[in-house]
Amino acid sequence: MKKFIKEKGIVIPLDRANVDTDYIIPKQFLKSIKRTGFGKNLFDEARYLDKGLPDQDCSSRPINPDFVLNQARYAGGSILLARENFGCGSSREHAPWALEDYGIRCIIAPSFADIFFNNCFKNGLLPIVLDNNIVNSLFEETVPNEGYELEVDLTEQTILKADGSVIKFEIDCARKKSLLNGLDDISLTLLHADDIKNFEERWKQKSPWLFT
Amino acid sequence: MTGKTLYDKLWESHLVKDLDDGNSLIYIDLQYIHEVTSPQAFEGLRLAKRSPWRSEANMATPDHNVPTTTSERAQGVEGILDPVSKIQVKSLDANCTEFGINEFTIDDPRHGIVHVIGPEQGRTQPGMTIVCGDSHTSTHGALGALAHGIGTSEVEHVLATQCLQQSKAKNMLIKVNGELGRGVTAKDLVLAVIGKIGTAGGTGYTIEFGGDAIKALSIEGRMTVCNMAIEAGARAGIVAVDDKTIEYLKGRPFSPSAELWDQAEAAWRELHSDDDAYFDKIIELEAIDIEPQVSWGTSPEMVAAISKNIPDPAQMENDAKRGNYQQALAYMGLEANTPIQDIKIDRVFIGSCTNSRIEDLRAAAAVVKGHKVAESIKEAIVVPGSGLVKAQAVQEGLDKIFTEAGLQWREPGCSMCLAMNADQLGEEEHCASTSNRNFEGRQGFGGRTHLVSPAMAAAAAVAGHFVDVRDWT
Ligand code: SF4
Repeated sequence: MKKFIKEKGIVIPLDRANVDTDYIIPKQFLKSIKRTGFGKNLFDEARYLDKGLPDQDCSSRPINPDFVLNQARYAGGSILLARENFGCGSSREHAPWALEDYGIRCIIAPSFADIFFNNCFKNGLLPIVLDNNIVNSLFEETVPNEGYELEVDLTEQTILKADGSVIKFEIDCARKKSLLNGLDDISLTLLHADDIKNFEERWKQKSPWLFT
Repeated sequence: MTGKTLYDKLWESHLVKDLDDGNSLIYIDLQYIHEVTSPQAFEGLRLAKRSPWRSEANMATPDHNVPTTTSERAQGVEGILDPVSKIQVKSLDANCTEFGINEFTIDDPRHGIVHVIGPEQGRTQPGMTIVCGDSHTSTHGALGALAHGIGTSEVEHVLATQCLQQSKAKNMLIKVNGELGRGVTAKDLVLAVIGKIGTAGGTGYTIEFGGDAIKALSIEGRMTVCNMAIEAGARAGIVAVDDKTIEYLKGRPFSPSAELWDQAEAAWRELHSDDDAYFDKIIELEAIDIEPQVSWGTSPEMVAAISKNIPDPAQMENDAKRGNYQQALAYMGLEANTPIQDIKIDRVFIGSCTNSRIEDLRAAAAVVKGHKVAESIKEAIVVPGSGLVKAQAVQEGLDKIFTEAGLQWREPGCSMCLAMNADQLGEEEHCASTSNRNFEGRQGFGGRTHLVSPAMAAAAAVAGHFVDVRDWT
């Protein structure tokens, strides 16, 4: 997995609550059997004016000029600023894959849906939960200031603003460790293979019908 | 010492060990697999040269993008017209063969939506931990199992290790007291709950549904309720085991054999919260207050009772909510204060893992029997949840009732619930749908979904707009 240590980048404000995973990546793109290539269809229905099809060349599609990703000032942005309950809906990991493929490394919101939140960490993406008031003020600062950047430092758990002020954020230590080191969860779990086997033996004694 | 909740019991019985970092390793008894969220997981196994920890602890079926027309289905996989879908279904077949996983293939008579066929086969059992790369895995909690959706990386993780690294959720109890009124169903109950607590109301919790109204529901009704726990933000919903649960499991193909049945039943009977269990949050509702529900917006919390009007964003308490409501109404092409009954319908979809079991089809058939679908309806489809549900319905003559009324009778699959196959809404079309999500574009680009119960969808099909099914004669 890709490591996340520090990220400095342009902030893209997506001012919409309850952004669901269908909105992040519509279902027609889920037919792919690969993990990559979803970035061009990130937020497809909001970003383009026509209906997107898998394997289509997106460069000639009509774009929605009002949508934030289509505004030149946010080009190359890597930090997504969002509203509450971001990533609700389906469990599709294609949502973090699409964000990551587009170039987003960090998402800041007052709250996230559980499964999406969890999926981010499997893909080197850092979702940060901040108090609603702080998120509000970040929106207020981002929108009028072209080129507004933040610098996220995972080791220190800080977000540095251009004016030098710092916002602290919380993250659970297991997740922090695996992002910082880009660890592979499966190998980590397999270090406990003997414990799993022992558990399985005990569980089989207790619930033999589950093992027939 | 305080007692334990059902969730505490399920968690503790599957705890392999607590890890140093605050997470725990939880053993997973069963994984369901479908074609959309698994290809990358199998690919991951191959790349790392890993094999499944216990292949027999998995069960697969293609459901999300299979076609539902009889002509396409007559030829199995080869009949799938969409080449991209065909590749995905074929990949599932090939992966299951390669890794020794039991699959109910597209032409198996037991094929269907994964969350319908799992319980139907007796594969889902009380006391299990169950996962699937699909958020509606919460459905299986209706049988007293701890079941939730996961992403593809975790699908691979469970395949390789039979475990998940997790942190424990908090406990919420939603207690629905009293008795539901006539014509009010499990679907209305759960929509009313989501309307009350909101789509993020259950985030971070496992929700146990209890109270007399839940006890009175059939297992199928409980599945409808737990299915939509995820729409309330909770990863898992559960209902305690009772006589109905035990009855439901008797004689199913994968239920414990006769020698082990008594032992299993004794263990299952312990699966309820203790009287003095501690819940972090308790929410109570009175069943009698719940009317048939219709969603009017683009989030499952945007629901109203059939007797009410579409809410007015101007009346909302804060700017954020006002903005959301305005956005939703603009997308839906609806005006504030319009009576819900005046919303006109273009299409009807009866199906999905929320409402495609035999009871759902019976309820819909009872409403349309002797009636005709309104002229203004472009298409009304009934998609049974599984091949066995379909066979049962045919045996009861429900298919005839539907087709005589002018509804189409289809082959099992997810169909227009997420519209990955050809079953889709056109732009700006309003659909009375028994599914679970009304997000923008969910049922087709620009489509407008209204979530309702099967009986309400059927009544709307006949009337061409929403009507109160309690007045139906
Ligand atoms: S029926 Fe709908 S909600 Fe259920 S598994 Fe299929 S797509 Fe998901």
